[in-house]
Amino acid sequence: MSDDHVYMTLAEGHEDDSRWAYGTGFEDPLHGVDTTVPEGVDAGRLAADCVALADDALVSAQRLAEWTTRAPELEEEVALANIGLDLLGQARLLYARAGQVDGTGRDEDAYAYFRDAEDFRNVRLAELPCGDFAFSIVRLLVLSSWRLAHFEQLSAHPDPVLAAIAAKGVKELTYHRQYAAEWAVRLGDGTEESRRRTRTAMEQVAPYLGELFTAYDVRGEVVAVLRQVTEAAGLPMPVYRPLPGAGRAGERTEHLAPLLAELQSVARAHPGATW
Amino acid sequence: MVTVLTDVRHARHIAEQVPDPELPMLTLADLGVLRAVEMTGDGTVVASLTPTYSGCPAMAEMRADVAARLRDAGYTRVEIRTVLDPPWTSDWITPEGRRKLAEHGIAPPGAAPHHAAGPVPLVLSPVRRTVACPRCGSADTEETSRFAATSCKALWRCLACREPFEYVKEI
Ligand SMILES: [Zn+2]
Repeated sequence: MSDDHVYMTLAEGHEDDSRWAYGTGFEDPLHGVDTTVPEGVDAGRLAADCVALADDALVSAQRLAEWTTRAPELEEEVALANIGLDLLGQARLLYARAGQVDGTGRDEDAYAYFRDAEDFRNVRLAELPCGDFAFSIVRLLVLSSWRLAHFEQLSAHPDPVLAAIAAKGVKELTYHRQYAAEWAVRLGDGTEESRRRTRTAMEQVAPYLGELFTAYDVRGEVVAVLRQVTEAAGLPMPVYRPLPGAGRAGERTEHLAPLLAELQSVARAHPGATW
Repeated sequence: MVTVLTDVRHARHIAEQVPDPELPMLTLADLGVLRAVEMTGDGTVVASLTPTYSGCPAMAEMRADVAARLRDAGYTRVEIRTVLDPPWTSDWITPEGRRKLAEHGIAPPGAAPHHAAGPVPLVLSPVRRTVACPRCGSADTEETSRFAATSCKALWRCLACREPFEYVKEI
């Protein structure tokens, strides 16, 4: 099969599924994985955990993709897009797992395209607008450190599928955090302007830290990373000022609905479309 | 009359020859994503694939390619399984795969990082790795971008022969 027959190859392998190239529905990222939920694991809770983690990743990926054509350098644009693609992959695996275990049999598209803002359970920090490059870097530093610490815990989860998704994600999140940490130090230790912007970004993320630490018991590890980076950058640690409510409980900012409107518009205008 | 092929070694050979969609100089076996090819009692060929990165967009194509090649070779019952555990590591790229990468001007990965149990440490002054230029062999090279056209590669340049080159990252 030569490369120019990719369409035929895909179509051949999916005679039973003509929706081969719409969104991501042409393939199940967990195709052929043993779907059994182990005894002692609460399927409802497992599905909810997977959806929340997938929502964080999907919303973050969408924000990172917004930098495409707008980043300060082509290299950074490619980096942010690549990181977003990893997170999108994690979201797809997690939605697929949720659909297997929550009894609805929903596929990844159903979760990504056909739920409204109030149904999303991502942490609010993920949905805030991109802001400037310093804010996006500081947010990426916080979210990747937090997710990495939790994925390390999850790689011992009793559900082998979630554990495997997490173990794979650990490798990716490690270099996401590395990228963000190096940039945070460079900006914080850079010009007066980059220092001012990075300091402002630290203040802007501070109110959203509380719900991260309520969601998972990873505060020690995340704070240690932030301390290491702020010390190297000569920046103050963000001051912990928790906002009321939590994205995990369905509390939303005004920014998620417009993000989803853009993300979901094509899928909703042409349900089941193929091209 | 339908002849059911039952030779698992031949099936494995067929699956091993399927090229990777993004690094077509490598087969799926060279890349280490083809984890197993087995045959069940009823003659179904079961090929197990593992994704390189969670977001690897080529996974669907790899599955379809392997299934199509096996069917073309006469295996009527084919099943493709996704294996997530253990996660793929660049250490699984075979010596043959590394040789082919270098031959095509792509520097092969070094040894993947391993960390002991416990939190993954953040190292703010990463150890400078030496990557030999795949064209002239010089070690006088530098990274220009840690991220490139696909997740698995970084961009480097050689200061001796002045040529840019891609480098498969260790993960
Ligand atoms: Zn050279």
